[in-house]
Amino acid sequence: MKANEEQKSPVQRLLDKKNKNGFLGKGEKAIPVILFLMAAVSVVTTIGIVLTLIVETFTFFKQVPLAEFLTAKVWYPFSKTDASYGILPLFIGTLKITLIAALTAVPIGLAVAIYLSEYASEKVRKVMKPILEVLAGVPTIVYGFFALTFVTPILRAVFPSLEMFNAISPGVVVGMMIIPMIVSLSEDALSSVPDSVRQGALALGATKWEMTWRVAFPAALSGIIASIVLALSRAIGETMIVSIAGGSTPSASLDLTTSLQTMTSYIVQVSTGDVGFGTTIYYSIYAVGFTLFLFTLAMNILAQKISRRFREEY
Amino acid sequence: MGIVALKTKTKKINEQPLVERQTVYSTKNCNLWYGNHHALKNINLDMKEREVTAIIGPSGCGKSTYIKTLNRMVDLVPNVKTAGVIEYRGRNIFSKDFHVEELRTRVGMVFQKPNPFPKSIFENIAFGLRIHGIKNKQLIHETVEKSLRQAAIWDEVKDRLHESAYGLSGGQQQRLCIARSLALEPDVLLMDEPTSALDPVSTLKVEELIQELKEKYSIIIVTHNMQQASRISDKTAFFLNGEVVEYDDTYTIFNHPKDHRTEDYITGRFG
Ligand SMILES: Nc1ncnc2c1ncn2[C@@H]1O[C@H](COP(=O)(O)OP(=O)(O)O)[C@@H](O)[C@H]1O
Ligand SMILES: [Mg+2]
Repeated sequence: MKANEEQKSPVQRLLDKKNKNGFLGKGEKAIPVILFLMAAVSVVTTIGIVLTLIVETFTFFKQVPLAEFLTAKVWYPFSKTDASYGILPLFIGTLKITLIAALTAVPIGLAVAIYLSEYASEKVRKVMKPILEVLAGVPTIVYGFFALTFVTPILRAVFPSLEMFNAISPGVVVGMMIIPMIVSLSEDALSSVPDSVRQGALALGATKWEMTWRVAFPAALSGIIASIVLALSRAIGETMIVSIAGGSTPSASLDLTTSLQTMTSYIVQVSTGDVGFGTTIYYSIYAVGFTLFLFTLAMNILAQKISRRFREEY
Repeated sequence: MGIVALKTKTKKINEQPLVERQTVYSTKNCNLWYGNHHALKNINLDMKEREVTAIIGPSGCGKSTYIKTLNRMVDLVPNVKTAGVIEYRGRNIFSKDFHVEELRTRVGMVFQKPNPFPKSIFENIAFGLRIHGIKNKQLIHETVEKSLRQAAIWDEVKDRLHESAYGLSGGQQQRLCIARSLALEPDVLLMDEPTSALDPVSTLKVEELIQELKEKYSIIIVTHNMQQASRISDKTAFFLNGEVVEYDDTYTIFNHPKDHRTEDYITGRFG
């Protein structure tokens, strides 16, 4: 049964043409290959980074005993005579910044998320969300100078004993930097709680706040915890703000008013300095970087455990 | 199933009330607008305690709107406007000094789709008690058990009280939601098509439950299903286009409707 070419409709003719070309064009077969290559590149890169980290870290530990790294209480690699490589001061520096950032960002971030999801009108939400997104896009170096030239002077006017470089100012500003992330992800988690569940609570005579706090919030808890941990991982890894406003004095003291150094700002200090390739100091940044990596990895595992434990499904 | 079949099933339930039943809800000239859409038009209805009042009518005639107005859940819809008076036990529910939280504590609601909280079975029931400040553990335990028993679901869940309510079947979830309302010992239960999302067996269970509950509670139930209305209710209101066409004893509505539109609807000629 061979239809006359003339009688064929334009659509049929085009379909025939496509058929002749093998129906599925060559592109269709190439696409998965291209996509796979892209995926492979990112996986290989990640493996490469981790491997470099591990190899260089091993080199470091050939020169400095692991026990010293873990137990020495002083981080002073620049001494010609008795250099000391105890990670503790850098670790405490990072911890201080992260803690202050968390104390700033978690309450504010959650309050804003709850406000946007449960209380704000559609109009307010439409204005607030883009503003938060802009805030999330500000380069961290801008935050760094904001901390040093704006927040620090104000804090010093109120607390004169505060040093020029301290933990509070960069900690608070790192907190401000991660607020949009907590708001955005927590708001998503809250909005995905079905309204029917909210109505169930209100119909029992719950006030709006009782409903929010005892039903919507717990239902969204796993997403909220995930958002906090993700944001804190960023705080831990934050570099510019602490380098600019936190100083560069490794210190194991818990004092928040004095100059400090975090793991990241040490890495910056060494990378931007004129330390020779192959020196112990050079390798130390890999050891510090690896510690940082373990730190965030542990956070993520913890987050998964916690969020699984609190998961309330709907 | 036509009017003949319904007749045989409908008993004259309220022929000789032994005691004077008090009015729980008295709706006077109630109107409601969603923006410009006039959804309830001059509703006048009186509902008595310890009776089952069924609200029937075709889709979109305002059944859900009316029942949501009775506990002011309709307030959650933006741009809603109401006029007229609804008295609950003599108090106008729209008045400023009648807090919606108080009204909703006295008047429970069961929704069309079961909506348990994403919590354990136990916490679903305890929730109402907790938000109203009850902390006594023993009282909470007793009330949870009592409510689950009343909702005829205790035997099915007693060994898994601390598991998620989401593991229950749809029918069990709906009875859990009924139990959740009962925990607050409400005066009235509002039910908006509580069986429409359930299978026939679960539907029967919920219907039996309603029969038992009416000994203690006043029940107002929206239903799509006319057999259901005739089986379980004492009074029936027929809604059409936001108006009450006819309101009478269920027996009368299903056997001697006065309005031809009521008759058309219950015999399945439209809707
Ligand atoms: N939230 C709402 N906003 C606007 N119109 C609504 C809303 N809910 C219901 N309506 C309208 O009000 C009328 C009555 O709806 P509803 O009470 O849900 O009817 P029923 O429950 O009898 O099917 C319908 O015309 C519907 O479109
Ligand atoms: Mg409805």
